[in-house]
Amino acid sequence: MNSRSVILIIIAIALFIGACSDGAWNNPYPSDRKGKSANVIYSSFSERPKRLDPVSSYSSNEYQFIAQIYEPPLQYHYLLRPYTLVPLTASRLPEVRYFGEGGVLVDENAVDSIKYSEYTIKINKGIQFQPHPAFAINNKGDLVNLNLTAKDLEGIHVLSDFEAIGSRELTAEDYVYQIKRIASPYLHSPIAGVMSDYIVGFDDFRKQASEKYPNPNEGWHDLRDIKLDGVRVVDRYTYRIRINGKYPQLVYWMAMPFFAPMAWEAEKFYAQDGMEERNISLNWYPVGTGPFMLTENNPNLRMVMEKNPNFHGERYPSEGEPEDYENGLLKDAGKRLPLIDKAVYSLEKETIPYWSKFLQGYYDASSVSSDSFDQAIQFGSGGDFQLTELMQDKGIQLATAVTTSILYMGFNMTDPVVGGDSEQSRFLRRAISIAVDYEEYISIFANGRGVAAQGPVPPGIFGNIAGESGINPFVYDWKFGEPKRKGIEVALDLMEQAGYKDGIDPNTGKPLVLNFDTPSAGPDAKAQLNWMRKQYQKLGIQLVIRATDYNRFQEKMRNGTSQIFQWGWNADYPDPENFFFLLYGPNAKVKHHGENAANYANPEFDRLFEKMKNIQNGPERLATIKEMTKIAQQDAPWLWGFHPKAFSLFHSWYQNVKPNLMANNLLKYRRVVSEDRQAKREAWNKPNYWPLILVGIFLLASLIPAVIAFRKRERSTLK
Amino acid sequence: MIAYIIRRILYAIPILIGVNILTFLLFFVVNSPDDMARMFLGQKHVTEEQIEDWKSERGYHQPLFYNAEEEGVEKLTQTIFYTKSVRLFVFDFGRSDSGRDISFDISQRMWPSLAIAVPQLIVGLLVTISLALLIAFFRGTYIDYWAVVICVALMSISSLFYIIGGQFVMGKVLRVVPISGFEDGVFGIKFLILPVLIGIIGGIGSSTRWYRTIFLEEINKDYVRTARAKGISEQMVLFKHVLRNAMIPILTGVVVILPLLFMGSLITESFFGIPGLGSYTIDAINRQDFSIVRSMVFLGAVLYIIGLLLTDISYTLVDPRVRLN
Repeated sequence: MNSRSVILIIIAIALFIGACSDGAWNNPYPSDRKGKSANVIYSSFSERPKRLDPVSSYSSNEYQFIAQIYEPPLQYHYLLRPYTLVPLTASRLPEVRYFGEGGVLVDENAVDSIKYSEYTIKINKGIQFQPHPAFAINNKGDLVNLNLTAKDLEGIHVLSDFEAIGSRELTAEDYVYQIKRIASPYLHSPIAGVMSDYIVGFDDFRKQASEKYPNPNEGWHDLRDIKLDGVRVVDRYTYRIRINGKYPQLVYWMAMPFFAPMAWEAEKFYAQDGMEERNISLNWYPVGTGPFMLTENNPNLRMVMEKNPNFHGERYPSEGEPEDYENGLLKDAGKRLPLIDKAVYSLEKETIPYWSKFLQGYYDASSVSSDSFDQAIQFGSGGDFQLTELMQDKGIQLATAVTTSILYMGFNMTDPVVGGDSEQSRFLRRAISIAVDYEEYISIFANGRGVAAQGPVPPGIFGNIAGESGINPFVYDWKFGEPKRKGIEVALDLMEQAGYKDGIDPNTGKPLVLNFDTPSAGPDAKAQLNWMRKQYQKLGIQLVIRATDYNRFQEKMRNGTSQIFQWGWNADYPDPENFFFLLYGPNAKVKHHGENAANYANPEFDRLFEKMKNIQNGPERLATIKEMTKIAQQDAPWLWGFHPKAFSLFHSWYQNVKPNLMANNLLKYRRVVSEDRQAKREAWNKPNYWPLILVGIFLLASLIPAVIAFRKRERSTLK
Repeated sequence: MIAYIIRRILYAIPILIGVNILTFLLFFVVNSPDDMARMFLGQKHVTEEQIEDWKSERGYHQPLFYNAEEEGVEKLTQTIFYTKSVRLFVFDFGRSDSGRDISFDISQRMWPSLAIAVPQLIVGLLVTISLALLIAFFRGTYIDYWAVVICVALMSISSLFYIIGGQFVMGKVLRVVPISGFEDGVFGIKFLILPVLIGIIGGIGSSTRWYRTIFLEEINKDYVRTARAKGISEQMVLFKHVLRNAMIPILTGVVVILPLLFMGSLITESFFGIPGLGSYTIDAINRQDFSIVRSMVFLGAVLYIIGLLLTDISYTLVDPRVRLN
């Protein structure tokens, strides 16, 4: 084969590959999807979701999928702020009644006399499950895929291999069944512990289920006949949940997939012999009533959700905040959801290729990683965030929001040096609170994407107070209209009052040594840990970094052997209770295995917490929260750290984007202008093959001297 | 030869047991069953009872090596090591901790790994052997000197640099191939070009230099001098005599890695989003999924042993003087 043939073959392959692609050679999507997929959103996932079962899924990469498929009775309003619960499959918000001793109705404010609360949820009629083999029926109306034999399963490898599919109407029974699944001892719902404190008969149900099904791995556990006292079907479309005492936060849980309906047929279908061997399981193929259904689940490569043909006609919201009208977020008001046909999620493990593909238009939206921050964001003259020219030229837009989360540094309150209720330790903690400059931390390590925290409650959640009255007076002064961290001299004074003048420990006569436990040990963390050491150095304290892996770190936290640590919390729901409970004494990690990692316990704080959690948002609750915040600020069990800011970028064709940090079912609101996307993709991705041709010519040209040298060498005398 | 092969297979059994014990110890030194349960169940609101249930359902509630509460042989069999390891020897990998059939996953994910590794190996061998022969041909000249310098430079650069640089130049600047991704079938070819190319370029430095050394060793032997004395052209000497006789060390390196091609490349698969066995293993390590980790380590050990055996057998094919006994 001569060199001309080789070149022709290369050109033929290039043309063939080019022909296979969607205009651009670097298009990562197959051309056969072009026609059908105009109204598609392209996104990615970096890790295979562990579970897609609403009873156990709890992480964001799982919610990315199941929140579009399963529908709990309630949801958060997409546009309204503060976050507002609205009905989803329910016809209205739950009706709540409170009962006292002897079953008499009592007022919701008579918290002490409330023995039970009862939530009645009425769902809409006519909602259908997505098409699924579990619902397939024959002419007689019998379910045909629930008693499959080994022979029936021959040739079945994936769910789409089942020919017979069907659907049925959603009923209250499906919601009750799912709550029983939460209580199941074998499904490991992460909220089982929380619910067992409230739902009447929860523990008894678990006991009965264990007795009825002693082997967790055997067959289908039919929970329908096992009685759960606190949950019952009232009629075909109504069910009732009875809880101990008062727990207003229950409604927030009802907006999470844990409380989404589960059809018993689906569970039985997947529990049949031979299904697990084929990897056909509820964790792999969800069955819901939501706007989308998972039609391709290959998490090693791609996951595809398509519009559920049976989706009930939910409409795009017609009301929003004043700026939503200006931002065009209500242009689709009243339109039938979902606004797209399909969403394709490709596996993308690394941020660099993701970012490049986003810039090429192959992904519709992107977060801003630290690698790409400088390329995407610049600071304006007023210190505000602006998009760089490159982003502006591409028509990319930026949306920012302070997350409903907190990254804090905690003191182990059981530690004899930094913990405890003594004035000495309190002064020490407060001195450290001043010395560790979180504004600097945010600036250096988070590219300015964060807000220094004044207390445990993030902005956007009831109880967070903006302005002068909301600052932490032990760490900040209000100057020039903003909080200013107190000077280091104040911290040094506190150190002296704590008995550590200039940071010297009187017991040893040497600098006070404190230990910082962290699971961050890589090269990336080194700069942060050095910075942290320097902050303590300001007070003369020697900070010892005890880096370990995450498993050992957790073990230390559980055993209470840490001294100072850094941790975080993402809100489950937009209620201050979900943050203050991290400081509630009976929730301490060491004693009670709870989420209070600092093991903080203050009887007055605990009393106020118990009061606050049971009252509705209003002046009384706000006053209680203020009191609690003041106690916590004074005791300083945490350095309050900061609330990170989420930055997201999206292309001009990707519309109806408003950050909503509570809702996970946002895909149905998104809209794409596919013609715009297609045009821009083609313009941005014209192949630039001339450098390759030049390299080829250069290589060919270099063959001439090479051949000459070869021949010369061949003719020369060998040494 | 058959007796030799049988003997080698029998030798493999204690090696595999050793590998299993080592994997088991290393894994459980870092991760306790409690850690695994917490990783699976998540961080929030998890109770001790749920952790115990999770362990019990998956057999992680037993002691690691010795169960003092049992009687007789069950002291050894009612342990995590026995229950999780013994079936590996009949290649029953069982299910992952998240419930997936590991054998099925391996059968699915080995093809993308092979799709990258096989062309990379074949084209890479052709390129590096040709280059090494060419350099050997120009031995002692400036071409040889600079070629070695370039080879050393190429082998000193991190593979990550080749990947990121390749993605930047080919995918972002020239826009001739996708930056990352994977597809089955013909459409998938364009996803393979860049990782294969990068793999070849990344391997040129070390392989060419090594093969050059092998060729130079051969080139000074008596039979080569005799061939030249007979008037055979240098081209023929290199391709017909030197290359053939240099095949043993080349085969040693190549055949041993043939079975390991299945195992994939951790970095390449991660950066290019290729759903191969390399990323399968690294994901399992990150998730603390012991069932997958032990299966992949076991499989890797078996394949390595097969590779060594194939190398021995291949010696007999390229060199008639070698006899296996």
